[in-house]
Amino acid sequence: MAVKTEEKLVIAMPKGRIFEEAAELLRKAGVSLPPEFDDSRKLIVPVPEANLEFILAKPTDVPTYVEYGVADIGVVGKDVLLEEGRDVYELLDLKISRCRLAVAGLPDWKPSGGTPRVATKYPRVASKYFREQGQQVEVIKLNGSIELAPLIGLAERIVDIVSTGRTLKENGLVELEEIMPITTRLIANRVSYRMKSEAVDYIYEKFASIVEES
Amino acid sequence: MSKPLGFEKPLGMRDILPDLLEKQRWLEKRVKACMKQWGYQEISTPTLEYYDTVGEASATLDNRLFKLLDSEGKTVVLRPDMTAPIARVASSLLKEEPLPLRLMYSANVFRAQRNEAGRNAEFTQLGIEYIGSASVDADAEAIALAVSVLKAAGVKVFKIAVGHIGFLEGLLEEIVQRLEDRERLKEFLYHRDYVGFRHYVQGLHLSRENAARLYELLKLRGGKELIDRAESITVNGQARKAVTNLRQLWEALEAYQVEKYVLLDLNLLRNLDYYTGILFEGYAANQGFAICTGGRYDGLMARFGRPCPATGFAVQMDSLLEAVDYQPEQPSKFLILYSAEQRMEALERARKLREENSAVVIAQRKEELAALDFSQYAEVIDLTEEEASWR
Repeated sequence: MAVKTEEKLVIAMPKGRIFEEAAELLRKAGVSLPPEFDDSRKLIVPVPEANLEFILAKPTDVPTYVEYGVADIGVVGKDVLLEEGRDVYELLDLKISRCRLAVAGLPDWKPSGGTPRVATKYPRVASKYFREQGQQVEVIKLNGSIELAPLIGLAERIVDIVSTGRTLKENGLVELEEIMPITTRLIANRVSYRMKSEAVDYIYEKFASIVEES
Repeated sequence: MSKPLGFEKPLGMRDILPDLLEKQRWLEKRVKACMKQWGYQEISTPTLEYYDTVGEASATLDNRLFKLLDSEGKTVVLRPDMTAPIARVASSLLKEEPLPLRLMYSANVFRAQRNEAGRNAEFTQLGIEYIGSASVDADAEAIALAVSVLKAAGVKVFKIAVGHIGFLEGLLEEIVQRLEDRERLKEFLYHRDYVGFRHYVQGLHLSRENAARLYELLKLRGGKELIDRAESITVNGQARKAVTNLRQLWEALEAYQVEKYVLLDLNLLRNLDYYTGILFEGYAANQGFAICTGGRYDGLMARFGRPCPATGFAVQMDSLLEAVDYQPEQPSKFLILYSAEQRMEALERARKLREENSAVVIAQRKEELAALDFSQYAEVIDLTEEEASWR
């Protein structure tokens, strides 16, 4: 049985782990992807046999591409969706790349006199979380190696993605609170969801059948 | 804060240069002509309104309003849409006019924006308000007119998604006990977060059948056949009424012969607590954002003291501009080149041509020759009869 959609769909995907796991899901669902697909360094990878075109993007940009409609659908972590706050359909929990958003710090962490500081890649999520906890904090945005912040005295605590907890441990940090579990989601553009509803539903069903099995 | 550089403009504001503006005016003319053919009368309202009247009544979120103080210290807003101002006029200056009122507008509205391309703080909307009729024919007229307008503007491929707030609320009320849970579920739909919706439903400990009905809601997209499916999952009075309403609407849309542009989408939700019945959104192929939005807002007129049902829609000019190809008409402009002593003759020729409704540019040859773009002109009349270096 030829497995393809009628209309061409453009899918935005982050490079790296999520991409590999999502590609595996699609293969399991019977969507034919070329074998060299995974090692490609191209930013745009057409898969004409499945009538799909993949855009490989930085994770935080995936919701942007989808919101503007240059990609019809996207695969992206819930952490990014929360932080970016884009107007897109969040259709399905793909249940891959499971991890959690958590607050972490040094084990002997104590609130200091003034307003405590929190370093994070997710300033929006962190601000919202601490506000809901009734805590006043100052949030400092960092772009990577967040674990450094408590070690060198930039902030007492951090908010970051934790999967195994190994990075925290190796840097002498402990997880203090879990904010929420995170998984990868299938998202869709508002207009594509209607104008290309058959193709979007088709991919949705493909993903859904595999996700529900597991 | 540093002083702005000379070319900078406030966030989200932009200039529209002649070529684009020509296309915009051309579209505007076609859209307005179409609305007028359906008997709608154009109305204009002020750019500034009081926050306490139009600002509060508007469907636009408070944090997106431009607020300022007038000389008396009252808070005023730059109008964020035209529906609330028109409701104000319909309830005051036009309050003796018999209903229904059919009004149309083409106006710039203002919404505070994030700094990003395609998100303008001032943008043009073209729309209609049909005030004073609760009938399904009024809903059908709004949708059919939206179809007509998009066609008149030259949008080739488009669809209108139609939802019903009564169905959504009725179904939720029937299945979910607590108001707070219903509000949360509506918020998930408003944010188009189906995953969150499903997770929340799982946490409600509903019977398997009831949970399945809520999941089914997420799949209620399609054509006429959807109405039966929708009916089969609810016995709630309000939801059943909405289903009947949709059935009648579909019949009316068939009579208008526009049903092929319409798809039903029963989880469509926009502007929490504003729309009261049938609501819709139009999309054009290859456009990321909705091209038009509208629906029934039976609660708004009461806020201005003339309670009555109403419906309407607005088309986003910026989306139209992107969705429609425009071939500028062949230039019918004349250029007259003259030398200093030929001025009288040049002016006389120009006057005659203008009387015949032609556009004429006159240019003193030796001053302007180097800067002229001759491709803009249908005909060049060179009175100087010098060597025609421009040919």
